[in-house]
Amino acid sequence: MKALNRKLARDVWAMKTQVVSIALVIACGIGAFIAAFSTHDSLLSSRERYYDGARFPHVFSRVKRAPDSLLTQIRAIPGVSEVETRVVLDAQLSIEGVLPPMIARLIGVDFAHLPAMNRLTLTTGRWPAPGVKNEVVVNQRFMEARHLRLGTRATVLLNGKLERLTIVGTVLSPEYIYATRGGGMPDDEWFAVFWTDAEALAAAFDMQGAFNSVLLRLAHGASQPAVIAALDRLLDRYGSLGAVGREDQISHKIVSQEIEEQRVWGTVLPVIFLAVAAFILNVVLHRHVYAQRTEIAALKALGYDERTIARHYLGFASVIVLLGAALGLGIGDWLGRAMTGLLSDFFHFPSFEFRVLPEVALAGTGIALAAAYGGALAAIRGVVRLRAAEGLRPPSPAQFRPLLIERLGYARLATPGQRMILRNIERKPLRAAFTVIGVAGSVAILITAAFWYDSLDYFMDVQFNMVQRANVFVGFPEPVERAAIRELARLPGVKQVEGTRAIPVLLRAGHRSYRTALTGLGEDAQLQRVLDNALREHRPAPGGVLLTTRLAARLGVRAGDTLIAEMLEGRRVKAVLRVSGTVREMAGMNAYMRLDDLNRLARDGPLVSAAGLRVDRAEEPALLERLKGIPAAAVVIVTRTLLDSFRATTARNALFFTGILTAFAATIVVGVVYNNARIQLAERAWELASLRVLGMTRGEVSLLLLGELALEIVVAIPTGFVLGYWLAALIVSLIIPETFEFPLVIWPHTYLFAGAVTVAAGIASALVVRNRIDNLDLVGVLKTRE
Amino acid sequence: MPAVFSARALTKTYRMGEAEVHALRGVDLEIRPGELIVLLGPSGSGKSTLLNILGGLDTPTSGEVHFGDHDLTRASEADLTRYRREHVGFVFQFYNLIPSLTARENVALVTEIAERPMTPDEALGWVDLGERLDHFPSQLSGGEQQRVAIARAVAKRPEVLLCDEPTGALDYQTGKLVLEVIAKVNAELGTTAMVITHNAAIAGMADRVLRLGDGRIVAETRPERKLTASEISW
Repeated sequence: MKALNRKLARDVWAMKTQVVSIALVIACGIGAFIAAFSTHDSLLSSRERYYDGARFPHVFSRVKRAPDSLLTQIRAIPGVSEVETRVVLDAQLSIEGVLPPMIARLIGVDFAHLPAMNRLTLTTGRWPAPGVKNEVVVNQRFMEARHLRLGTRATVLLNGKLERLTIVGTVLSPEYIYATRGGGMPDDEWFAVFWTDAEALAAAFDMQGAFNSVLLRLAHGASQPAVIAALDRLLDRYGSLGAVGREDQISHKIVSQEIEEQRVWGTVLPVIFLAVAAFILNVVLHRHVYAQRTEIAALKALGYDERTIARHYLGFASVIVLLGAALGLGIGDWLGRAMTGLLSDFFHFPSFEFRVLPEVALAGTGIALAAAYGGALAAIRGVVRLRAAEGLRPPSPAQFRPLLIERLGYARLATPGQRMILRNIERKPLRAAFTVIGVAGSVAILITAAFWYDSLDYFMDVQFNMVQRANVFVGFPEPVERAAIRELARLPGVKQVEGTRAIPVLLRAGHRSYRTALTGLGEDAQLQRVLDNALREHRPAPGGVLLTTRLAARLGVRAGDTLIAEMLEGRRVKAVLRVSGTVREMAGMNAYMRLDDLNRLARDGPLVSAAGLRVDRAEEPALLERLKGIPAAAVVIVTRTLLDSFRATTARNALFFTGILTAFAATIVVGVVYNNARIQLAERAWELASLRVLGMTRGEVSLLLLGELALEIVVAIPTGFVLGYWLAALIVSLIIPETFEFPLVIWPHTYLFAGAVTVAAGIASALVVRNRIDNLDLVGVLKTRE
Repeated sequence: MPAVFSARALTKTYRMGEAEVHALRGVDLEIRPGELIVLLGPSGSGKSTLLNILGGLDTPTSGEVHFGDHDLTRASEADLTRYRREHVGFVFQFYNLIPSLTARENVALVTEIAERPMTPDEALGWVDLGERLDHFPSQLSGGEQQRVAIARAVAKRPEVLLCDEPTGALDYQTGKLVLEVIAKVNAELGTTAMVITHNAAIAGMADRVLRLGDGRIVAETRPERKLTASEISW
């Protein structure tokens, strides 16, 4: 081993605690980077593999009822390579031992010839025997969420008739990786997908020789918009809701959104970690190199050239980074597996394997090395350029000047001790700034870790306690007479009932269009309200339509403008509507009208498609039992249980991610505070020991050194709050889709938590340094010059 | 009058890497109030070790040492800190001023923790630095810095002033000026003073000269006539 390398090894060993603390910060950065990007990649590739293998369609369309004979014409659309038609219907579902009624989506399948698209993967049990009409396979998520066993009997309300079905197997489908009827809520407990005998289903719903769902796969290079347009023209007269591509397929959309979130988290957080690590490395190396200036001068005197010396110190940086990278690889692998574990509850892919991508690991290490070299080189350059003789002389005494506040005339504000602290900060403002930024960065990370759940909590609270105040929703597959909901009012425990109607609609304004629903609200609706983001209530004006601001922007209309509504249901009325106003709602792209106005427009009588019920909690079970038998009420949603299962899922995830990020942030605080204290101690050991000799106690001397850091932490915490808010806003803006205006809510306890963790980590690192202050060499200082 | 310091059979052994160094090998000593003692001796003779033990910076390996009725031999670290704070003024070869504090503030640093100190201005006036109160160490010459250090040491009105090579880093003229101040402290405040030096000429201003060699006091002399600082030269 060369002598210089031996020196490197010993320098590293001598500074081992500092080396490890910096390596840990780097490890967090590289670990988060690896975990996030590898998880992102694993998700993407698992999904693509799955889609290809299961032949996930490219285009989806729903109609009311179209004859099978149309198949040939659909096949003939240029660009279409495969077509599949089927019958899909939603029905009320009840299962013995499960109290509330649920919703089953029934998909007709010929089990003798399994469909070529959306291929099912059987995970447990068996396929129903072909031709046997009362056996079904069910999506695995539902079975797991309800803890059901194979052989469970389910009752569905098929066109007014109760049908008993036996669950014989569980399956995965690319169409229901994320199963939901709508919205982004996890409905696993409420929404079951049943694949059942096609003929029996068609017979029950009078759909023989007809279909209501079309799936297409496109030829390579085909134009999706052209195919969609042709398909829509063909299906228009059969009650088409309009075809959509994958990007609007609900499961795909949610899965993509989640994958995108992984990417955003994976980009933003590691950047902070690596930046802080580079920062610390820069300062520590600067100090290390500076402290060794006499050795560098000696090396130069011995004939070593600048390049060799610079390489020697870069070697020091490399050791730290590579140590961090090795640790980071371990952290990344572990974290990636843990995240994959959590996500595989969310995404059901037949095969979902996490692996660390070597290129991601290399890129992370490369970024960290570049950052470290960037920092180190600046430090090294200054010292290496010194002439040998200069380096051999002791440095000239540090120059200080009165504080700014003193120069301004407010001199007698502080004790000498406080002035020492303040002047040190003023003399090296960059270093103080570094501490503040580093610590503030970790405060920001702590806030970022927790704000998501604060915001979700707030969002859910607003949606379920203020916007939708009904605790039970009843949906009717076919609109019913408004009078029918009065029946509901007579059911046990029902205190209030309100009907609403939603009609699928295509809104057009000029060349812009958007597919949504026109929602009719009662004139004095209490149970479903329209609230803006300041929680002010808005109501549609008589004869006009009230639009979510985002939807108005998308259509390019303002209050007073008109737009064309093409209803996709019933008489498929086309009408010109006047925009009476816009409302900044948190969620959705909604269009509201008064219920009477909507019904008049639809020209099919006073109808409602759903009812919101305010129900006495105690009577809820009795009510749900009664609802099971009401044929028209196909869809029942109990908001409380929806909210409970949502909260349980997020609480678990919150605990995991907050835990991880708290550990990471604490690592940064310790890295920054400890290293800074060590550097300060190294630079000021002489001064502090002198004070000890003069009779200052260990506590008093510690206060002088640690007081500066304490002051910096005190400044850093509120700075971190602001930074955290910005970071949270940045993440929200990167993650949230256009259909949401996600509230950025950070509860006070989140700030408190972030501050407390930071203070605790700061104190812990201070205590370690304090130990060194206690062991200052008092005798040595009398004999040596600084 | 009782002795300020009394030491018996003091030894100090410490490890320096692999080697064991016997810095003191049995020192007996009594120092009376108001004495000005000069400790002479070559490097490694043990004079600094002795001064450190008397100043409460170090404890002996064996033997006994008392400051008045304080037992320094068995004192805890906290006791020694209190002892230094209340009774001892130190002057170092390299002044050891705090660079971030002005002359006045360097003195205030000590007066704030002392029981009945002079004011910083008074102490600095005493060393003829009344004009340079608000200068930082980097704006002062070496001699001025050393005088600030002396002002800092005497401001708390210590019983003893311990000076380790106070002129070691200074030129001739400045060095003499500093010695004058030390003599003035001794004469006018009655502070017992001990000065370590390499410079035998300084011995002329002492009441008593202790010569150390190889960890022992090898000679003790009393100059016939105590010279003033201006009378000595080297």
